[in-house]
Amino acid sequence: MSLMRYSALQIVKQAFAANRGWKPVWREPEPKPHYDVVIVGGGGHGLSTAYYLAKEFGITNVAVLEKGYFGSGNAGRNTTIIRSNYLLEGNEPFYEFSLKLWEGLEQDFNYNAMVSQRGVIDLYHSDGQRDAYARRGNAMKMHGVEAELLDRDAVKALLPYLNYNHARFPILGGLLQRRGGTARHDAVVWGYARGADSRGVDLIQNCEVTGVRRDETGQVTGVETTRGFIGCDRLALATAGNSSHVGRMAGLELPLESHVLQAFVSEAIKPAIDHVITYGASGHFYISQSDKGGLVFGADIDGYSSYAQRGNLAMVEHAMEEGVSLIPGLSRLRVLRSWGGVMDMSMDGSPIIDKTHIPNLYLNCGWCYGGFKATPASGLCFAHLIAKDEPHYVARAYRLDRFQRGLAIDEGGKGPQPNLQ
Amino acid sequence: MASLITCPHCGVRPREEFSVRGDATPVRPLPNASDEAWHAYVYLRDNPRGQIREHWYHEAGCRRWLVVERNNVTHEVVSVTDAASKTAGGAL
Repeated sequence: MSLMRYSALQIVKQAFAANRGWKPVWREPEPKPHYDVVIVGGGGHGLSTAYYLAKEFGITNVAVLEKGYFGSGNAGRNTTIIRSNYLLEGNEPFYEFSLKLWEGLEQDFNYNAMVSQRGVIDLYHSDGQRDAYARRGNAMKMHGVEAELLDRDAVKALLPYLNYNHARFPILGGLLQRRGGTARHDAVVWGYARGADSRGVDLIQNCEVTGVRRDETGQVTGVETTRGFIGCDRLALATAGNSSHVGRMAGLELPLESHVLQAFVSEAIKPAIDHVITYGASGHFYISQSDKGGLVFGADIDGYSSYAQRGNLAMVEHAMEEGVSLIPGLSRLRVLRSWGGVMDMSMDGSPIIDKTHIPNLYLNCGWCYGGFKATPASGLCFAHLIAKDEPHYVARAYRLDRFQRGLAIDEGGKGPQPNLQ
Repeated sequence: MASLITCPHCGVRPREEFSVRGDATPVRPLPNASDEAWHAYVYLRDNPRGQIREHWYHEAGCRRWLVVERNNVTHEVVSVTDAASKTAGGAL
């Protein structure tokens, strides 16, 4: 299928043709009886996997199966933050690889994903937290990633609207990653979908997988779906939030628990917050401003097992309290929308991109609430694993058996408690 | 809704009074059990959709460990029992 290139010239050209020349962004094919690779899950990760499988590894006889519509799950339920300010060896190179892909993404897939490197500032509120952030910044530098430790005055110059007179949680400074920022989540999904489709990948929406068919040797032969049986040589699961549910169909028991995470958008206001700010004094809170003007913010997961895409008022109140404690002016705003997404909370807060005990079944799961920023690298590394049957070098640590082998990647030092990650 | 929990000792109380430990179904293996058994107990979860049993601690109330049986899709609470009672089905 020929791809219409998007450009300023194209807009002018189409304008002169009364905008009648625009084509659908992707096809709506009927599922074929058999594919080389079937990817379950049409979120950011599944679609980016399909895109890189086709573009980087030349595997185009691929289908992406999505139970709803693309971006209806967590791809459309996040706070759109991109960053690579991690501490641990297993994480930092992966997330930096992802940030580098973000930096070239729009040119790469010819779609405006509104990647905005406005800077991410993690605030610290105690001497101990300052030392921990200095250590994290140094760990980033050891991996060739810039990081700046800001003192109180430097933070005040950048973010004058914060509450600097808080007696209980004083703002002492922050760790700044200038290359971090935000991207438009829907556009990321659409860009990857368009890029995959134009290379021959079949994108199939409203197609829920209801079973995994295996032969007598245990190999996967295909999936039962609401649109009939679809055969495949290799099956790839990218269904974070519901990984245990889909994994069970193939006989997997996973180190995951599903939890709901809420996020909120305020009414639109003039440009006020031109960074991503995170606050770690009394829980966890993060805020940025979308290009439409709404303040986008969120806090921790609700803390109990949930598959409901809606949360509890206790966490709503907690998030608002944190926000107003950090930015008193927030109390004047109205919240326009809130939503919940179902997270795969893993036992160490880190994801899994690995093979399974079934030779042709591949697994991508456990993104906790950090999956959005990982979308490009997750797709590329998962595609690498599926195409070459060996892990990409930046994703080697994300093994399924790491808990059994004592190699957990516990970024937050929380232990095997999924609701605390 | 999981916003209100009916504690068997204290009555109806808001969710904020409780802290959640997690899945109440794994049973602690014997100290000399195999590494596989301990791995399964500490790390692996069924994580079903639907009716589940969870350990909740009534931190700001009676300070008892409770087993909350509820639906994790609808957030409906079915029953709340003291974790030490026989009907709750076992110790921590």
